[in-house]
Amino acid sequence: MSQQKPPKGPERMPGLPPETLRDGEPGWAVGLRKLYNSVVDEPLPTSFDDLLKKLDDGEDG
Amino acid sequence: MAESDAAPPIANYSDEDFRDELLATLPHLRAFARGLCGRPDYADDLTQEAAIKAWTARDRYQPGTNLRAWTFAILRNHFLSELRKTRRQTDLDDGAVERMLVMEADQEGGLHLSDMEDALRQLNPERREAVLLVGAGGFTYEEAAAIADCAVGTMKSRVARARTDLARILDTEPGEIAAETNRKRPGLTKRR
Repeated sequence: MSQQKPPKGPERMPGLPPETLRDGEPGWAVGLRKLYNSVVDEPLPTSFDDLLKKLDDGEDG
Repeated sequence: MAESDAAPPIANYSDEDFRDELLATLPHLRAFARGLCGRPDYADDLTQEAAIKAWTARDRYQPGTNLRAWTFAILRNHFLSELRKTRRQTDLDDGAVERMLVMEADQEGGLHLSDMEDALRQLNPERREAVLLVGAGGFTYEEAAAIADCAVGTMKSRVARARTDLARILDTEPGEIAAETNRKRPGLTKRR
């Protein structure tokens, strides 16, 4: 594998992988990142409300 | 850049800091889970269960390390253990569980699967996980290997095989991408 690796470190955690085509990359590779990013960009559904409340309250399990 | 905006200071790292980081990671966990199992509802269940497990185990998290990687490992281990449970209960082999997952997903009315999702789900689970972590999640091979608990070389080879598989599937499957490719649309060229 000779392609570039993404930068290391926690600073890229909130960032999304780029959706542009990198050198030598097939078109579907962008599709894969878009698919992933499309879910990341979705607002959390209401089914997560209980979980969020638990975390807010600092409840265990 | 030693300083990071994303992670709170390591000293005095509190439950609140962990919670904030975990909340920021939830959308990524959802995306990973969706890619792994292909079913939105089940993926959300997995995500929430993994988040609870992460929260419960927060004392074991080392502040300053990659929380996304840490929670991804929790989610994939949870997913695998759920798969094994299903297999035990129904006495199915690996392939049967996979086929069942695909069938159930296909039976969900109104669920439109993109060609990419469709192609992902045709991959061997290990390769799917590998290409999700590296190709979609942006993890390095080293990070992905740690999450999937395998050697770096194994991860590299899984990713390479997944890429070959995806190229083949998306090349031959009927559907939007294939159709567009046949019309020689720029940007969707298969080979260089």
